[in-house]
Amino acid sequence: MTNNEVVINAAESVVEQPEKKAPIGIFTWICVGWLAINVLVAVLAPLLPIPDPNEMISMPGMGMSFDHLMGTDDLGRDIFGRLAWGSRISLGVGIGSMAIAFGVGGPLGMLAAYRRGKMDVIMSSVMFTFLAFPSIIAIIAVLSFWTPRSLGKIIIVIGISSIPLVYRVMRAAALSAGSKEYVTAARVQGARDRRIIFRELLPNVAPTGLSFLLFGVATVIALEGVLAFLGLSIAPDIAPSWGNMINDARQSLNNVPQNWPLIIFPSAILCLFILALNFVGDRLRSYFDVTEVKL
Amino acid sequence: MLKYFTKRLVALVLIITAISIGSFYMIHLLPGDLATVILGSGNTPENKKKLFAQLGLDKGLVHQYLTWMSHVLRGDLGKSYITNESINTSIAKALPIDLEMIVVSQIVAFAAAIPLAMKAAKKPNGLFDRISNGVTFGLLSVPSFIIVVYLVLIIAIKWQVPGTGPASFTRFPEWSWLFSDTGTFFTTLKDNLMSLLIPSLTLSIGSFVVYFRVLRSDLIATLQEEYITMARSKGLSRRRIMWRHAFRPSSVALLGTAGINIGGLIAGGFVVQYLLSIPGLGSLLIASITLQDYLVIQSTVFVVAVAVIVINFAVDFITTLVDPRIARD
Repeated sequence: MTNNEVVINAAESVVEQPEKKAPIGIFTWICVGWLAINVLVAVLAPLLPIPDPNEMISMPGMGMSFDHLMGTDDLGRDIFGRLAWGSRISLGVGIGSMAIAFGVGGPLGMLAAYRRGKMDVIMSSVMFTFLAFPSIIAIIAVLSFWTPRSLGKIIIVIGISSIPLVYRVMRAAALSAGSKEYVTAARVQGARDRRIIFRELLPNVAPTGLSFLLFGVATVIALEGVLAFLGLSIAPDIAPSWGNMINDARQSLNNVPQNWPLIIFPSAILCLFILALNFVGDRLRSYFDVTEVKL
Repeated sequence: MLKYFTKRLVALVLIITAISIGSFYMIHLLPGDLATVILGSGNTPENKKKLFAQLGLDKGLVHQYLTWMSHVLRGDLGKSYITNESINTSIAKALPIDLEMIVVSQIVAFAAAIPLAMKAAKKPNGLFDRISNGVTFGLLSVPSFIIVVYLVLIIAIKWQVPGTGPASFTRFPEWSWLFSDTGTFFTTLKDNLMSLLIPSLTLSIGSFVVYFRVLRSDLIATLQEEYITMARSKGLSRRRIMWRHAFRPSSVALLGTAGINIGGLIAGGFVVQYLLSIPGLGSLLIASITLQDYLVIQSTVFVVAVAVIVINFAVDFITTLVDPRIARD
């Protein structure tokens, strides 16, 4: 899992930003609103008056109209309905796998940074070896052998393969937070380990973790698209996802080249969602100004 | 300096060993039955036993690993269980295509990123800086599989630029549009470059965005250093300050980023290769995964992982040449 955003942040965070604590700005709130709308639609899709994604309700390849807001695809299915239902899969994979990765990698990384010593050396050398291994290959290999595919399996495979990366980020963040005076002060006062980890370390690691979580979700949503292109995600006739809709569109554009909505809408929604995640993550990072953290 | 590199070299050898074990056991952890794949309906217990004895799979895992490794160390990656083709030959056929794709895309990305980042860094928050910053941030959010789809739609299907590859997504000749009719790797330089246009452009857009953003923010920080003010007051030309005084320290961050990025490109270019049916390492790997061709997966994964690590090592080496202070840690 290599996100360009992560690579750039790794380099940018080392550099002192000339402008400090920029105001949050209107565009950030637009992005937050856009993310919220998508999450709401994904959660509430069964309750909302959205056309059935799998039903062939109309003529294939219809343009945009009042009945079909974004037109219909080559099988006559409503594109808007498929997009709305597809967000359940795409967001589900993104959020679910990051929940696994952060649930395991986060505590391990913080523990390693706090305890140091032997435990840190052993865990870090295992994790960093996994990091050297291109995880996309492992994901492709495991998913192509582990049939029949389901949403749960995709989430587990991506989630587990992202653990080392989350471990490294959280360990680095906790290392820099742990070397601060307030941790020493808490220790001198005789605070117990648990208290230091939860009351001193966690609040200071949280901003880094949260912004990295947003980048992670963005990366995984793109990764779902990659898997859909390789035929390793959920099959499009079982359930739509943003990735498999783009893949479908690419194939059917040969027959109906004028049906542009077919590819424009899914890819625009996917890119805008990733853009919003990246933007909010970036703002978060510079707002809390975690310049010392080297990813 | 020497001590630093010995240390790094030892770490390199250790990591490669760990990766060889990783790629070996990954195959064994995967579900699926090799005997069914090879023998099909003839998969009886006796046949299976015979097959496994023939392939050396009846021995213990450690024994199998050591046999494989001793062959690999002697430069023999083995033969495919299914097609019986030597894996050395398959990789030797695929590798030049990957290398060419990466080298071309990196040249394009650097050639565009360095001057543009310098122009943007000259006036931070100026008009050009804001526009380029916004555009690259937007591009950052477009995954490469979407870029490649749109490039094919526009360049190859809409404009019908000859020689750029598939005239449509379903009608390209399988596996070999980079090859000429005679089966050799490209006929003329022009054909070759034209057929590389779409894949290289896709990879270079992704790299360009990353390099531009890293170099821009690093240059802005460097240009505020006191020695730059000093150089300015000496009356040096802007161009000289930019290239000689600002670019060299800033290129350290750029090189580090390039290392991570190129490593990611080797694995990340797979999808681009698969979509465009380019017969590189990515296509070889995906095809062998689909065929459940175990030894090919194992050896190819190993070669790719080692390549990624060696590139990172080489970048580290170049970085220390640019900035020798790093080795003194």
